[in-house]
Amino acid sequence: MEKHVIQYKTVHFTLNGRDVERAVDVRASLTDMLRNDFRMTSVKKGCEVGECGACNVLIDGEAFNSCIYLAVWAEGKTIRTLEGLLGPNGELSDIQQAFVDEAAIQCGFCSPGFMLTAVEILESGKEYTDDQLRKLLSGHLCRCTGYENILRAVKKTMYCRLGKPLPEEN
Amino acid sequence: MYDMKALYEAGSVEEAVSLRLEHPEAQIIAGGSDVLVQMREGKRAGAELISIYGIDTLRGVRMEEDGTLRIGSLTSFSHITRDTLIQRYINVLGQAVDQVGGPQIRNIGTIGGNTCNGVTSADSASTLFAWDAIIELTGQAGTRRVPIQEFYIRAGKVDIRAGEIQTGILIPQKSYENTYGHYIKYAMRNAMDIATLGTSVNVRLSADKKTVERARVAFGVAGPIPLRAATAERLSAGQPVSEELAERFAQAVKEDINPRDSWRASRDFRLHIAVESAKRAFLESMKLAGGAL
Repeated sequence: MEKHVIQYKTVHFTLNGRDVERAVDVRASLTDMLRNDFRMTSVKKGCEVGECGACNVLIDGEAFNSCIYLAVWAEGKTIRTLEGLLGPNGELSDIQQAFVDEAAIQCGFCSPGFMLTAVEILESGKEYTDDQLRKLLSGHLCRCTGYENILRAVKKTMYCRLGKPLPEEN
Repeated sequence: MYDMKALYEAGSVEEAVSLRLEHPEAQIIAGGSDVLVQMREGKRAGAELISIYGIDTLRGVRMEEDGTLRIGSLTSFSHITRDTLIQRYINVLGQAVDQVGGPQIRNIGTIGGNTCNGVTSADSASTLFAWDAIIELTGQAGTRRVPIQEFYIRAGKVDIRAGEIQTGILIPQKSYENTYGHYIKYAMRNAMDIATLGTSVNVRLSADKKTVERARVAFGVAGPIPLRAATAERLSAGQPVSEELAERFAQAVKEDINPRDSWRASRDFRLHIAVESAKRAFLESMKLAGGAL
């Protein structure tokens, strides 16, 4: 049998505000690298084919499913995972607290991915309708909560950051 | 880990061309939302990959001196939707690609990858057919331009030759000027679904907005590759704007389409939604163009 030579490449990128460098196997997905080399275990292995959103991370401010993103593509990028949302002493960020308050979590497997998409939504600084928010959140599967509480958590945080009162639900 | 034999990364178009010539068997990977998924399924197990994802010069939309709208092949769907030139001149393309997969897929998926797959259901393809897009390919001898209708050879097979990569998608000025279009994706779900049928219509009206000067319609999943419905286009040219015209236009699309039975939908159902979608998209296009209905 032909001997397979493992091909490595050194990648440099910013991970949750820190400059990092690693030699990675070119066959690795970004999920593999973030979990195995950096212990970013908020990045979940779900479907691994880009359907469920559990592995979602922010790359240069946009949401990507890291399971279908090659680790070597991280070169020069700024990557954020859920771990990066925490304050210096482990305080929860506003969006995480909203998920807790709205009971938007049950098993928690989809939560990191949802929250990072929520961060992309919130950082746009725009006000979205419920229908727009549903569409923006549609790349994530949750098998526990039925989505309503997740929508409410994102909506509440959006209004809070915009400095506007949350409209009453009818 | 992906089951790949080797990865070759191109930082420029020239590098991509030489890698293509050096490794003729290797698969090109752009955003990877199809190629990497196929690898996970074992379809491309052990393949060599040439990644062109890092070629930043192939990103973005710009207007060329002669008025041609150039879309870089690696421009992601979400960037196309947000682009101001797209919104101004071919808004329907931004709307169509905003229906691909879900938000994260639209951040990674590229319009070049979507067309190079040669898949009939690609949400960008029917609109690009309907707007007579030109595909630009770059190889060792320079660039070659091919109308999208000729670029698609058969299901899953497009006209990319040895040593070439797709570098741009061009919309000529005569195609987008005073032209307004609408796309309808018919699918079971709003997100993360593949079109059962895709219908893209666009029209250009006369100066007084009373006559249809030109109407074009293309479908995805109405045949093995995206296709135009020439009979409907011919019969509507020069006709007065009216609801009755929309009805005749829609009925005529049946002359040119040939959908199949599949697990997603039957041929008869696809014929039915093709007529209905063509009518709605034609009416909407006429309204967008300023026609009174």
